Amino acid sequence: MASVASEGRTVRLALFLCLSLIVLAFAVAAATAIGDYNIGLGTVFLSVTNELGLTGAEIAPIEQSVVWNLRLSRALVAALAGAGLAICGAILQALLRNTLAEPFVLGVSAGASTGAVCVIVLGIGAGSLSLSLGAFAGAFAAFALVALLSNGATSGPNHTILAGVAASQLFNALTSYIVTTSGNAQQARDVMFWLLGSFGGVRWPDFQLLLVVVIVSLSVCIWMARSLDAFTFGDEDAAALGVPVARIRLVLFGVTALLTATVVSMVGAIGFVGLVVPHAARYVVGPLHLRLLPACAMVGAVFMVVADIASRVIAAQQTVPIGVVTALVGVPFFAIILYQARPQS
Amino acid sequence: MSVVAENLRWGVKRKTIVSDVSLTVAPGETLGLIGPNGSGKSSLLRLLAGLRKPLSGRVEINGRDIAQIPRKVLSRQVAFVQQSAATDTNVTVRDVVRLGRTPHRSALAGWSEPDETAVAHALDRVDMTSRRAQPWQTLSGGERQRVHIARALAQTPQVMFLDEPTNHLDIHHQIEILRMVRDLDLTSVIALHDLNLAAMFCDRILVLEAGVLRACGTPDAVLTQAILRDVFRVTAHVSGSPDAGRPHIRFSSE
Repeated sequence: MASVASEGRTVRLALFLCLSLIVLAFAVAAATAIGDYNIGLGTVFLSVTNELGLTGAEIAPIEQSVVWNLRLSRALVAALAGAGLAICGAILQALLRNTLAEPFVLGVSAGASTGAVCVIVLGIGAGSLSLSLGAFAGAFAAFALVALLSNGATSGPNHTILAGVAASQLFNALTSYIVTTSGNAQQARDVMFWLLGSFGGVRWPDFQLLLVVVIVSLSVCIWMARSLDAFTFGDEDAAALGVPVARIRLVLFGVTALLTATVVSMVGAIGFVGLVVPHAARYVVGPLHLRLLPACAMVGAVFMVVADIASRVIAAQQTVPIGVVTALVGVPFFAIILYQARPQS
Repeated sequence: MSVVAENLRWGVKRKTIVSDVSLTVAPGETLGLIGPNGSGKSSLLRLLAGLRKPLSGRVEINGRDIAQIPRKVLSRQVAFVQQSAATDTNVTVRDVVRLGRTPHRSALAGWSEPDETAVAHALDRVDMTSRRAQPWQTLSGGERQRVHIARALAQTPQVMFLDEPTNHLDIHHQIEILRMVRDLDLTSVIALHDLNLAAMFCDRILVLEAGVLRACGTPDAVLTQAILRDVFRVTAHVSGSPDAGRPHIRFSSE
């Protein structure tokens, strides 16, 4: 009977993953079709098959180009970014044993914004590549500081969280200092837009890089999923269950920092996804990480693609920053889960 | 499996918490660790279980130095139950007991027949089989403790270390758990506060005071009025009980 229950859960997960894959495909198609200039779903489909060399249908070159070069790459990067942030959130919530943990708790986003501001305001380098590089360097500088302060991330969850708070404060202060002392109004606006996140500038090379990072990170995390479960009752309990606690912590903190830094350097610090999606996924597939991590990846991907569509249609002729939309869409959704999961007393 | 410790010393900064403790636990024996608060019981237990590295000295389990055994391999033989470990995660009783199989499973291995047997057996031992689907958060303190012990049993260990396993339990479950641990076919070391329970269920008792081993031997040899007065600072009357060699302690309120 127990194994029946286990099989039931596996079937449920498989169904859930299949269903969310279908939903994701539709979401990506919709994201590609919808925009300032709407393109029919049939045209979208034929454009993609044309580019893949499967068909040779006649489509206006402008539409083909918009679908392939602008919107599809953007939608796929959004999906990967959502998946990546959700995975990081789930990992950090487990390792730090804190339900409020999210990808930016280790100071990565604050560091990335400082790096980005150095590029935008101080003009170190130029162009979008160096913006990403600056953000990435800043993110890793912040993570290195947290690792240093928390003794290689081995000194317990609360200590690590405090180190993350310290690093975030420091880098946020640096960002504000740079913006207020040397920025003009336009630069300050650029910085703020960047901080709230945008999929505007992403292209295929971004997708390729992010795909590799997400696949590698997810593989490492799934490989360590059993060990993550063992952290349920804390570090010492995990050690007593045979988990090499210090090594797992360091590897997983490293992986989440890499993944978060990559996402943030491409599309900015998009909040809320990494906090909420793991909770929503846990609600559906349960707390065991071998199921939770793939579920998080799918839910995060769908959520981000839908949020990106919303960011383009909420206000006519304008793109609302994606970070604003994730919170606007996410909070009501999260409120429902919180309400349903409230303690029965 | 036997547990042998030689000259264990451990401390933080300049404070010594365990100083120069040596002990031997024979296979199948139940050793009780007693001592006042802060006497180093928990620390000694963690040193024995390999969860902390001694500053000097060594621990051998079944003749092998545990510092040389990989953590995962050690955890297939040695289980550790800490006092009232808590979680916010919404897990079921069964999920928690399944964690005990962690050291036996590779990263992606499926759930095997021995895994299932070990979990079913462990749940049965602590009388929680009928409640295996119940959420952890709805259990009482005592039930949680029993589930922790079931998880340790699911590791199918040969040596078990328990840090005050009877905390939070009513008297029936205190006796039940200790009787179960004693009757299990494994070597166990239990830190206990209740001296009468220690006398009832342990083959031998070790008394710690400020990290130093004060006495070690059978209950009637160790639980004397002199030790109770010097180490625990209580006046007590010790009488023989119907069980030979198991003294009964009656504390005096004077």
